[in-house]
This record gives sequence, structure tokens and C-alpha cells, in this order.
Amino acid sequence: MTSTPRAVTIVGASLAGLNAAEALRRDGFEGPITLIGAEDHPPYDRPPLSKQVLAGDWEPDRAALTDAEELQEDEIEARFGLRATGLDLDARELTLHTGETVGFDGLVIATGARCRTMGGTEGLEGVHVLRSLDDCLALRADLEAAPQRVLVVGAGFIGAEVAATARGRGLEVSLVEALPTPLGRVLGDEMGQVCAEVHRDHGVDLRTGVGVDRIEGDRRVERVVLSDGAVIDADVVVVGIGVIPNTEWLDGSGVEVDDGVICDASCLVADRVTAAGDVARWPNQLFGETMRVEHWDNAAAQGAHAARRLLDAGVGPLMPVPWFWSDQYDRKIQLAGRVRPDDEVRVVNGSLDERRFAAIYGRAGKITGVLGFNRPRHVMRYRALIEQGASFDDALAAEF
Amino acid sequence: MRIVVDFDLCESNAVCMQIAPDIFEVRDDDFLYILNETPGEADRVRVEECVQRCPKQAISIAED
Repeated sequence: MTSTPRAVTIVGASLAGLNAAEALRRDGFEGPITLIGAEDHPPYDRPPLSKQVLAGDWEPDRAALTDAEELQEDEIEARFGLRATGLDLDARELTLHTGETVGFDGLVIATGARCRTMGGTEGLEGVHVLRSLDDCLALRADLEAAPQRVLVVGAGFIGAEVAATARGRGLEVSLVEALPTPLGRVLGDEMGQVCAEVHRDHGVDLRTGVGVDRIEGDRRVERVVLSDGAVIDADVVVVGIGVIPNTEWLDGSGVEVDDGVICDASCLVADRVTAAGDVARWPNQLFGETMRVEHWDNAAAQGAHAARRLLDAGVGPLMPVPWFWSDQYDRKIQLAGRVRPDDEVRVVNGSLDERRFAAIYGRAGKITGVLGFNRPRHVMRYRALIEQGASFDDALAAEF
Repeated sequence: MRIVVDFDLCESNAVCMQIAPDIFEVRDDDFLYILNETPGEADRVRVEECVQRCPKQAISIAED
């Protein structure tokens, strides 16, 4: 029953989907490739949306990942502005939001994720999320209109980058985080505290351990009421409270979904169907756990892997060390590995005071991760140790 | 093959350094240094991987 597809359709035209298409061509696949994207824009890079494009340093075209000409050269049929709404595995057909049905042979599911929103803010001007280029340009226009105060809900990586970019524009910024420290649930409280200090050093009004009770305004947002009763006047609000994988279109298709599309270790979902990127959940055998990774690096690598798996059953498990970077103010923060907040943490290079350091995380005698503040070289060296399954002691003794 | 890095794009994420530490090095000054601008054909696969995996698409290969 399993065979090699003669044509490949990719649903989702962001980083994972585009990498899938490009990997097929690089590997010499000569069959038709169709790339279907929900957004009207050709594929673009998302990291600059919270930084260079939002800051106004880049025009959006600089974030483009490809253009019509390149897609045509690679003979990738690009269909943008079309959202998949249904999948029929038996008939091997997709349904699009226009009602059109599209047959497929091989399929890569790369529909990504969307922002969580706060209920009750629909239609209130000045309330933003940041995921797409359109989101970015709407927020940028609001930042250019010289608001009195920008309030960011959620001090995760997107929220932190938006806060940093808004400060870079000279705007007053409040950053509200429900956890005791920013990213504490990921990095642990000691490193979370370092992140908190970076924000405060740059003049951000950081409020931690407090939630948002409601966002108020008549036509446009005017103020935010926090769970501790504090009221902050703000005319721009950015909600950065995580994402939800886009899987609803698979309801009833027989594709198993549990906070993401369930894949095997090689990214296979069903016969001649694979998944990649923010939407894919797969067992990463290097860590012995199932994960869904929302990082740039994973989308690129998994997109290529999922495409290759379609063509070659011999393509093995995907076992990366997850890695990402976040640029905030003048700091480049990088994390590699799979850390838990209660892991042991040791600074192995530089110092917390200078905010220029590498710290490694360990659990059960093994190195689980590395966090770097302006230490890309060390992060990559320790990342290699994580990949090798090095002991925590050996990692502590290593010198880079 | 000659390696070309657009240093206006490079953000020193050091992905290339992990793939090919004998060719790329990010030093403590946070800048990327190319240790070998003209690697041999034996290194082509690794260099191409660097080109593809660079988060800023800052690396390219010139054939001259």
C-alpha cells in the first residue's frame, strides 16, 4: 500500500512548507509540487517581524524567503490566500475555504500555529497579537502613531522582543507576566530573574506574578486592569500568550491530533502523509519524549526531513537538539536542549552580572540544555555535547 | 568554491560553526570569522548545509 508519491502537495507556505518544497527539488524530485498557503503573501521569515520590521529598520520585502520568480524556477506551483478546511485521506483530497477540492498524492502538513487571544477584546482597536506580516504592519502603524504607553501581556520570547523593540522606539512600555519571573517555567527562576533585570535595566515597567483581569476602552483600548487591582493606562496592547496549532481542519479526517498532528519518529502521519513545523508532534528519540517545537530552526529542518520521508521510507527518525535564539535589546539569548525549570543550572562561562554568560542545565547526571546570553559559540559547543548525550560532569569539565 | 558571508545579515547565531567548526568560528567578540574561505570539494556538502541552515541566509557559495 505504501508507495512513493509521484506528486507532492504541501499545505502551509511558511518556513516548514517552503523548506519541504525546496528540499524535494534539491534532492532531485522531478514530480509536480504544489505549495498552498493561507496568507496572501509569498513565504516570509517571521523572526524579523518582532525586531527589524517592527522597529522600522526593514521594509517587509527584506523578510521575504522567496519570490514568484524563484518559485517558478523551481517549478513549485504556489497557491496563496487559500486555507485548507478539510482532508479526506481515502479520496486523497483537500478541501479549501473556497469550497474547491484539490487532489493530492503525497502530502506535507505544515499549517503552523496561531496566537492565543484574550476573550472580550474583539473589535477593540489597539489590541494586537504578533504572528503574521499583517499583524506586524498593523502593530507597527500603531507604534509609529506615538502611543502614550504600550502594554505587553506575556513576557515570553515574543512579548520580550516586542517590549525591547518598543523601548528601542523610545516608547513607554509595561510588560505583564503571570509567572513570578519571565520564562521561569522554561529557564527556572534564577535565569528568569536575569531576564527580568534585563527588561528593568532598559526602562520597562515589568510586573510579574500578576495576570490581566480585563482590557478596557470604548472604541479603542484605554487601560488594562490587572488581577492585583492595578490599572495601567495604555493605548496599545500586545498579547503574547502562546500559540495553538492549526489542526481544526483535520477534524474527522482520521489524522490523530493531540496538541499537534501526531507523527511517528520519522514525521510520517499516514500513508504518503507527513507533517512538519509548529503543527507537528513527534517522538524525538534523542530525548525519549514526544515534542512539538515552535522554533525557526526546527521548522526549517523538519520541513526538509518530512519531505524526504515522503520519497524515501529509509529516511530515519528526526532527532534534533531543539535550539532557538531571541534578540532583546543588545542581548542575543539562545537556548538549546530540553530543559526543565527544576534542572540544576551552572554558569560555565562569563557572569550573570555582565549579562554575558553560558549556563548549562543538568538532570539525572546528563546535560539537558545550554542557555547563552551573547555566547553563541558556547551554546553551539554545548549543543554538540547534548547531542552526544554527555554527562553533566563531563559538560562541566569541558572547556571551550 | 569560495564562501561568501553577508556580514550585514549575519547575526552570529553560530549555526554554521556547529556544522563546520573548521571553517566558521564565532569568537568572543560575537563576530563570525571564516577560517577557510576556499574549502575543497570534500567539504561541499557541509558548506551547503551551512548555507541552508543559516537563520539569516547570510552565507552563499561563489564558484570562481
